[in-house]
Amino acid sequence: MKKRVVSLMLCLSMVAGLTACGGDAAGNNSGAADASADSSYVAAGEEGKVINIYCWNDEFRTRVEAVYDKVDHTSDDGTITYLTDGTEIHWTVNPNQDGVYQSKLDEGLLNQATAADDDKIDMFLSETDYVVKYTDAAADVAIPLTDLGIDPETDLADQYDFTKTVASDANGVQRGSTWQACPCLFVYRRDIAQDAFGTDDPDEIHAKVADWATMKASGEELKAKGYYTLAGYADTFRAYGNSISAPWVEEGSTEINVDPQIINWINDSKDWLDAGLLDKNIKGQWTDDWNKAMGSESNVFGFLLPAWGIDFVLNPNWDGEAGAWAVTDGPQAFNWGGSFVHGCVGTDNAEHVKEIMLAVTANKDNLMKITKDYLDFTNTQSGMKEIAEDESFGAEFLGGENPFKYFQPAAASIQMTTLSPYDQGCVELIQSSFSDYFQGQVDFETAKANFEKAIMERYPDITAVNWPE
Amino acid sequence: MKKAKSISRAKYGYLFILPFFVTYFIFSLIPLLDTIRYSFYEYYRSGLRIVGPSFVGFDNYINVMGKDFFTYMGNTFILWIIGFVPQIVIALLLASWFVDVRLKIRCEQFFKVVIYLPNLIMASAFAMLFFTLFSTSGPVNNILTGLGLVKGPIDFMGTPVGTRLLIALMNFLMWFGNTTIMLMAAIMGISPDIFEAASIDGCTPRQSFFHITLPLIRPILTYTLITSLIGGLQMFDVPQILTNGQGNPNRTSYTLIMWLNNLLRAPDYGRAGALSVYLFIVSGILCLVVYKMVNGQDNDAKAEKKAAKKRMKAAKGGKN
Repeated sequence: MKKRVVSLMLCLSMVAGLTACGGDAAGNNSGAADASADSSYVAAGEEGKVINIYCWNDEFRTRVEAVYDKVDHTSDDGTITYLTDGTEIHWTVNPNQDGVYQSKLDEGLLNQATAADDDKIDMFLSETDYVVKYTDAAADVAIPLTDLGIDPETDLADQYDFTKTVASDANGVQRGSTWQACPCLFVYRRDIAQDAFGTDDPDEIHAKVADWATMKASGEELKAKGYYTLAGYADTFRAYGNSISAPWVEEGSTEINVDPQIINWINDSKDWLDAGLLDKNIKGQWTDDWNKAMGSESNVFGFLLPAWGIDFVLNPNWDGEAGAWAVTDGPQAFNWGGSFVHGCVGTDNAEHVKEIMLAVTANKDNLMKITKDYLDFTNTQSGMKEIAEDESFGAEFLGGENPFKYFQPAAASIQMTTLSPYDQGCVELIQSSFSDYFQGQVDFETAKANFEKAIMERYPDITAVNWPE
Repeated sequence: MKKAKSISRAKYGYLFILPFFVTYFIFSLIPLLDTIRYSFYEYYRSGLRIVGPSFVGFDNYINVMGKDFFTYMGNTFILWIIGFVPQIVIALLLASWFVDVRLKIRCEQFFKVVIYLPNLIMASAFAMLFFTLFSTSGPVNNILTGLGLVKGPIDFMGTPVGTRLLIALMNFLMWFGNTTIMLMAAIMGISPDIFEAASIDGCTPRQSFFHITLPLIRPILTYTLITSLIGGLQMFDVPQILTNGQGNPNRTSYTLIMWLNNLLRAPDYGRAGALSVYLFIVSGILCLVVYKMVNGQDNDAKAEKKAAKKRMKAAKGGKN
């Protein structure tokens, strides 16, 4: 009897040990800061044979393959790219959603100082939602471009200024670079436009979606024909969320401020959903339902997408003939996303990092190639102006329309001054918490409480959430 | 001679069991103690900044033990119960059918394999599969609308009841085969003489199930209950994947371990440690309760038998 109790307790404590398996990660707090103790960011000596790049999908890989002249070939599974000089690029891919990519990257960065040379992170990508976390001077994980031998003043002179500002720390030191700018447009189905409005002309459709109120009124016409104006409430989030007047979390504060724009999004989304202008079954982005809404069977009229969205999201999900879609200016100009490339402190491949960064984000010919091949809106002011004015350019996917005619002016109005390191969590969790409210499962106050719980779990240092009056 | 006799071979025994204890010590006991230690510290990472560890006493315990703790515990138990009840009922039924000589079920081996198969799939893959199957644009809704049974797609995962039932269904499907096989082994361990004697005495199958099978497999039933309880308390992968880690709608399928997982993602070692310690205590208490309950019944039964014998004797004596 006693033995059995003892063995039971033993089993129990083992189980508890398994439950608590996260605890043993403690103690590795040596930090990446040690690596930067040297005055120079770039290790002297020979270049390593392995370049480790952290990213969250294969977008950057395809761009590197397209424009970096040293690329020989990539393995079939896409994990290793072989360069002609014998160096290998190892891609470490983790999904962006739910902060998975960030936590894997953070772990890698914290172990950077003790990792073997070939295991050290050499480059990593960051998205607009958290780029400020990695360009932060105190964190000091991204190498200032000047230390890599890139002069932002001359080498990146043609880039859009806001992309350079975003990639700089508080002292104005640029620590990253991007090959794209991400103004969003309204992308719509030509056949549905013809059916509902009798025209698919971009200018006439723009008149139908010129602002939110007009768009809602046009939505009623679409609804009468059995179409949804947009797929779901998540599709308008960035329009509101990227025009907030102050960051979610002010520098040095531990309180979240919910902007009145977010409340507008909540109220408008509820309105639109209850009016039947959005598909109730599409509860978010990046889901199967969302992808299917981009197929030929769907009743969704359009999407608010940046250039990468057309190439990287819409195109793969579209199963009809090319040329069925068109773009025009949406109800509001806004920016969504943008991938920044950083050289990682502690790299043993500084020369390659510099080359790749210049090839993918600074070389105008390369950027124009990316634009023409992938329809991406690239980070070259002069190039985008040229292509916007180029009457002969047309995208096959958009039925011969030149989308840059619309993207180029939209890019001019982008402001990105309200970023904080907490954006991804806030953006993801406010959407999932209020999804219950839109679906009629909880009331407004409960949704607010659920957001507060979820955000304080994600970020332990957040002490309060302030809602607008 | 005497000296040779006193050679002890016990040390070889210890040597052989040493690897287990060393592994246990390194991979279970130290992390376990560390967890308890860090539960008294403020220790988390905010982005790339590490805060702590600094001693804060019972702050983490107070922080974790709120209304939410009991809500999530309630969720966990509801999810476990609605999966476990059908699981044990169906498993008992199947086990007694398979073992019953009078039924002569053919291809028994085949069925055993089939009912066990769902257990071989990884829980997360299984949840992924169900997520796709039951999504609003998924095959289940396509079939239902195709057959004209429903007008629009049913949003299975949009209501607390739907989500909870799906989770219970998955847990049931994954574990009923395992339980069936275990119970079969238990039933086969009962001497056939007892069943034979009972049937000669005119015992119906129902009677022999309730009065012979059930009481005699009670130790295995206890074991199933305890393991399932511990497993249920640690329910994680199925609801995590099905609800994308948020337990939505309205956190009604948010289990304790999902909470722990969210705390560890930051990671917040302090609060996660405190929660782990609470879980440890809860599972310890639950196990003791179940264990005591079953053993207590055992003693009761013995006592009852004794009392019955006494009564019989007394009655006989009285007649004389």
